Amino acid sequence: MENDQDKLLGEVTSGEYKYGFVTDIETDVIPKGLSEDVVRLISAKKEEPEWMLEFRLKAFRHWQTMKMPNWAHLRIPEIDYQEIIFYAAPKQKKSLNSLSDVDPELLKTFDKLGIPLEEQKHLAGVAVDAVMDSISVKTTFRETLAEMGIIFCSFSEAVKEHPGLVQKYLASVVPYTDNFFATLNSAVFSDGSFCYIPKGVRCPMELSTYFRINASNTGQFERTLLIADEDAYVSYLEGCTAPMRDENQLHAAVVEIVAERGAEVKYSTVQNWYPGDKEGKGGIFNFVTKRGICKGDNSKISWTQVETGSAITWKYPSCILRGNNSVGEFYSVAVTNNYQQADTGTKMIHIGRNTKSTIVSKGISAGFGQNSYRGLVKVLGKAEGARNFSQCDSLLLGDKCGAHTFPYIEVDNPSAIVEHEATTSRIGEDQIFYCNQRGISTEDAIGLIVNGYAREVINKLPMEFAVEAQKLLQISLEGSVG
Amino acid sequence: MQTEFLIQIKDLKASIDNKEILKGLSLEVKPGEIHAIMGPNGSGKSTLANVLTGREIATVTAGTVTFEGKNLLEMSPEERAREGIFLSFQYPIEIPGVSMVNFMKTAINEQRKHRGLEPLSASEFLRQMREKKELVEIDSALTNRSVNEGFSGGEKKKNEIFQMAMLEPRLALLDETDSGLDIDALRIVANGVNKIRRPDTSVIVITHYQRLLDYIVPDFVHVLYDGRIVKSGGPELALKLEERGYDWIRKEAEVSEETWTTDRK
Repeated sequence: MENDQDKLLGEVTSGEYKYGFVTDIETDVIPKGLSEDVVRLISAKKEEPEWMLEFRLKAFRHWQTMKMPNWAHLRIPEIDYQEIIFYAAPKQKKSLNSLSDVDPELLKTFDKLGIPLEEQKHLAGVAVDAVMDSISVKTTFRETLAEMGIIFCSFSEAVKEHPGLVQKYLASVVPYTDNFFATLNSAVFSDGSFCYIPKGVRCPMELSTYFRINASNTGQFERTLLIADEDAYVSYLEGCTAPMRDENQLHAAVVEIVAERGAEVKYSTVQNWYPGDKEGKGGIFNFVTKRGICKGDNSKISWTQVETGSAITWKYPSCILRGNNSVGEFYSVAVTNNYQQADTGTKMIHIGRNTKSTIVSKGISAGFGQNSYRGLVKVLGKAEGARNFSQCDSLLLGDKCGAHTFPYIEVDNPSAIVEHEATTSRIGEDQIFYCNQRGISTEDAIGLIVNGYAREVINKLPMEFAVEAQKLLQISLEGSVG
Repeated sequence: MQTEFLIQIKDLKASIDNKEILKGLSLEVKPGEIHAIMGPNGSGKSTLANVLTGREIATVTAGTVTFEGKNLLEMSPEERAREGIFLSFQYPIEIPGVSMVNFMKTAINEQRKHRGLEPLSASEFLRQMREKKELVEIDSALTNRSVNEGFSGGEKKKNEIFQMAMLEPRLALLDETDSGLDIDALRIVANGVNKIRRPDTSVIVITHYQRLLDYIVPDFVHVLYDGRIVKSGGPELALKLEERGYDWIRKEAEVSEETWTTDRK
């Protein structure tokens, strides 16, 4: 079993960007451009109830008053929102009763990505929701999970089948007015995953969503909502890939996490959207809002991300630590090679007493890549005994790339202890030569050194993901030295 | 063509930043022999180690180096290592976050691949780690840590010898392995080298001082001065250098127009 996993992961992660293929499948697309009619059309396509449409329209009207944020250390070409297609769905039969109803081309696609949707074949202990373009293709292991009261389904299904839960929690962490991209998402989001873990239940397997962009000129706007009720536990994984295309594609997702009293949520991402070619042509614009709230006492939310893809990444997975003694964690490795840019980090908002947060950020820049850490640690007046530890490291390969750190610290309670450490280092010729002298090639040496540097973060990932992430780091940096 | 020499260096010239450092160095080493290369600071000792291991700091401008009949200078640094050349670094490098286990396993399996062998199984690898750790008297906690990270000077040198034990080279270059070691550490490191040497392992000991040669007894001692080997002899030459310093060599070298070659008995 273990060997099979290694082999599988080896196949899907070796070589250059291997997910750049396009699936030839009939796609239901709406005309490009954005208007109130388009928002209504998306809602109609999804056969949504009135309250959902209202939410979208409120968001859309608000979005029209907003401007794209420009404070990030990024150079973003102008985006023409009238040139984007906001909804694309692989055509398939109306209702999916079994796997045989899924289009074989779709199955092949996810097979190629190493995400078999046939449950008996699947990596042990992981349930998957596969999302292609705007639509959830298939969610595995639903019945098994349902026996424990766990809801794991596509967002669209949740809107229909669990409207009470969706209405209670939707936009409770990221309001529709939050920011330009989150507001846009609120208006046009197409699908995503929904997960609810009932009181006292430890989810017995990793839950995972696999996002795939396929259609061209399409934006992907998915929305994920994760709720861990009192004393519940879940570990959630997210993976993403896209075809190689010359034009940029927009991905603006929203992820909301709610941890009730005593609950724990672990959210891991391996982001491998197409990064563009060596000259910086094409690639995904990844403008994502991810936020969790530790709502109840003694709750915990932990973000782990490995960001190797995308032309531009703009992303700050954050924790609102409202419950007393709640804990927020952020572990991140972000790689920028060639002309990739990343402005990523976190916000830790300490509201409750004795709240604790840990931030470990490891940036790796190569080629002409620009990598920024941006983080906010905010301790409110009532957050007696709050503690934060932040560590931001940057690793440079070559002399044409950049690493930047923008830490913001705001403390309104004198008992708080906030620590910030930062380092910048370079992969030394001498480190590489030392490996060479032991028979290790330069490419492998860089892989070893980079993985060593990122080990603290990689170790936080579930096993299957850790293996993939390690190989991914090495591949992302191929050709960056020597 | 089979040759009786493991490595044959002929009239080697090399420069760093257009400054000639090695000015026609010749040396021949047979399997199983121990050669010591001694010389004052700046004589080219470290450059020789760099050139033999393929470090790009130095540029070879003339001469040949043949290793087991193959042209060594054409090989990449990693190929040389896989062919069996090992350098014990004067200043071992730290690689944070990379465990010794992972590092050693990668190195050994690269070498095995080069020789057409299957990768070592995890259990066999760990068995070898244990065995070699005992042989070179390295604290087993050290091999659980990251490569050289936070090691003391002595620990780093021991770790070099441990790696040598694991990789079982044909030719080991010990570059100032005695520097920074107290007498106990020196003894452990030197005994380690003696214990792991197989009868056909050759060693080139590069050193400023004689004291390491009390433990690793050389068959030949060469004096490197101003980029050339200016005098060769047996172990007694090292003692003479210890006693009299390098000044008399300097005087001798300056009066001689001759290029010295290995003085074989």
